[in-house]
Amino acid sequence: MIETPLAHLGDTSAAGPRTFAERRRARNMGITYLVLAVITAVFLTGHDGTAMFKLDDGRSFSLPAQTTAWVAVAMFSVLAGGALWRGYGKLTNAVLALVTVTLLMTFLSWSAAGTSFSLIGVLVSTVGYPTPIVIGAMSGIICERSGIVNIAIEGLLLNGAFMAVFIGSVTTFWIGVLAAMVTSALLAWLLAWLAIRFKVDQVIVGFFINFFVLGLTNFLSKRLFVEHQNWNYVGTLRPLKIWGLHSIPVIGPILFEQTVYVYVAWLLVFGLTWLLFRTRWGLRTRSVGEHPRAADTLGINVVRLRYRNVIIAGAIAGFGGSWFASNVGQFNQNMTGGRGFIALAVVIVGRWKPIGALCAALVFGLFDSLGNKLATLHTGIPSEFISMLPYLATVVVVCGFVGRSRGPKAAGQPYDSQ
Amino acid sequence: MTDAGTPEPATGTARARPLQRLEHIDAKNTVLVPVLAVVSALVVGAIIVAATDIDRLQHGAFGGIATNILDAYKALFVGAFGSWTGISETLVFATPLLLTGLAVALSFRSGLFNIGATGQMLMGGMAAVWIGFTMNGPGIVQIPLAMLAGIAGGMVWGGMIGVLKARTGAHEVITTIMTNYIALALVTWMLKTTAFKQPGPSGNPISKAIANEAHLPKLLDFVRPGLRANIGFLVALAAAVGVWWLFRKSKLGFELRTVGANPDAARYAGMRIGTLTVVAMALSGGLAGLAGAVNILGTNRQMTTSFAGDIGFDAIAVALLGRNTSVGTVLAALLFGALEAGKTRMQLDADVPLDLVLVVRALIVLFIAAPLLTRMIWRIKAEGGGLGLSFRGWGS
Repeated sequence: MIETPLAHLGDTSAAGPRTFAERRRARNMGITYLVLAVITAVFLTGHDGTAMFKLDDGRSFSLPAQTTAWVAVAMFSVLAGGALWRGYGKLTNAVLALVTVTLLMTFLSWSAAGTSFSLIGVLVSTVGYPTPIVIGAMSGIICERSGIVNIAIEGLLLNGAFMAVFIGSVTTFWIGVLAAMVTSALLAWLLAWLAIRFKVDQVIVGFFINFFVLGLTNFLSKRLFVEHQNWNYVGTLRPLKIWGLHSIPVIGPILFEQTVYVYVAWLLVFGLTWLLFRTRWGLRTRSVGEHPRAADTLGINVVRLRYRNVIIAGAIAGFGGSWFASNVGQFNQNMTGGRGFIALAVVIVGRWKPIGALCAALVFGLFDSLGNKLATLHTGIPSEFISMLPYLATVVVVCGFVGRSRGPKAAGQPYDSQ
Repeated sequence: MTDAGTPEPATGTARARPLQRLEHIDAKNTVLVPVLAVVSALVVGAIIVAATDIDRLQHGAFGGIATNILDAYKALFVGAFGSWTGISETLVFATPLLLTGLAVALSFRSGLFNIGATGQMLMGGMAAVWIGFTMNGPGIVQIPLAMLAGIAGGMVWGGMIGVLKARTGAHEVITTIMTNYIALALVTWMLKTTAFKQPGPSGNPISKAIANEAHLPKLLDFVRPGLRANIGFLVALAAAVGVWWLFRKSKLGFELRTVGANPDAARYAGMRIGTLTVVAMALSGGLAGLAGAVNILGTNRQMTTSFAGDIGFDAIAVALLGRNTSVGTVLAALLFGALEAGKTRMQLDADVPLDLVLVVRALIVLFIAAPLLTRMIWRIKAEGGGLGLSFRGWGS
């Protein structure tokens, strides 16, 4: 797969100068849509009947399963033709989103044909569930944009969960959150110190932190919480209704009746987008992650910026970890259950961009809440396959099948300042 | 930084000049640093035990804390080596650690991070257990067949990572992490299908048990029947010799080492990087798959979803501690097996939660992976000692 810079010169099609990679991507997308059309035609047209989707306050809408499926087949075929013919250029992602949503609705009306389905419940948990993943992904993005690979998101989240429960139980909830942020920042400092000062391989340090935290929190929860059960209870956080906005039909309950963590997560996403791409700090951070030598030449202190960013990222991940405390109210061993690794996947699928990561996290959240929901609908699709989808999607994206996902160039490489 | 992975001169010349080879052995880096790393990890572990002993700290019983720590480490040692049962258990735990450790070491020396030993071991275990319960002896045929199936299962799962890397440049760190989860979901689903599921009303994902004929022969039956140690450990030792032979004596091993040390040089020398990547990942996966087969045939007898645990990380730890050499990996696997075998005793005798072992293992990785740190703490003067391995970005 060598892409020569001259590859597009031979291409004189009407679509204008498209690179080899763009054409390959358009071709892959076209083939994918065709395959989806065939899959829909073969598997999803079998159910007769109407699916009713319940929204809030007794509102609902219905879709006839068979008709929906055939409409989807037609749409996928047309879109595939367009993709194979000349591609969609800047609209590629919009088309992909359209296809995904259509496919989902077709699938849902197929599985819920003849019954009703609470769409609002699924959507509320789609927005709520991936909160720690989104926050963890922001931590990962800050680290990787500064040139430090952060495999340790899982460990930082787990530490945040433990400290928020432990310190929060002894004092008050928000002091616990503060403790979670401080201790995770310390762990992140350790990551930066080992990676920068000792040039230890960052993947190995990341795994060290993950398993160190796993072992330590298991150890401490047995050592401390068995005798002092009152140290393991912080209580849960109630959803916070945003005044005025939560009464908007449909959107209100989905977006504005969540816990404070959801709002902070969204603020982080949009704030970080602005900071990364519109401010001096962002430009410096990206330059340190892409080409530290050039940044150094221009007078940016590479090492100091990396330390500072990784420590901030650690505090953010610690905050994300405290979500588990607010959600469950107590600490269970390994309670993050691999969500730090999903956050890492989200960073990559979202191409190291905060909004991309948010979209990926929401899609994963949708898969997760659908997986839970489908178990009750008896569709015959094993829930394991639904839970596999985020990981499978990540592999597909990393393989460049739906466009190249390229990380910060200097990520993972120690920097020598001579 | 790269002394561990630098290809030495071709083996012919090395044999002709044994003195030159001896110079490569750097006693401080290959022996002293690993030993000190283990000592440092045990010291930090002791500090953690002391700092969390709330009751004794409140009463100022510092002598009690010290004896408690000594008791804990003594129980750990006695649990692992103090009896035939302990030794047998140490060997049992060391076996999969050795095989997966070799898998990771092989990938490290070829310049690849195989974090997917867990998934490859699961796949190997699935393949082996299928041979194990569908056939019914004779053992002389079924056992090698099941092991080959395990190797094949792991090879397919690992080789797939190599193909993805060679064809599309997808970084193996991310694909192995993701395929670990995919493997786990796949195994959970397969264990619920009628082809694998154990008969009976239980809804748990547990496979049928393998035939009696497929059980691996016991290793320590001459001492006392009932000890779990089996010839799986000898299989693992043989694999260690095989890996040693691969890297020391074969052309393929030389090419893998060259790619690992300097892919550009390898490309200019006319080696096929893509093919070597696939081969390295397939071999690595095969070793991890063999670990799965040996575990099924030797001790587990049936497949469960938790059967590989987090072995992928322990395997990295074993490979790092063993400095990616066969001899080192054997010793490291024995040490980690001993920690595993002794930890229950530690919890029973000294009332120290067995999760301390996980902390100590992580710390060993830290002190091994940061030789500069270890040397700074212990004030050793030595050059080099890096792992000869570095993450070269996410690829593009």
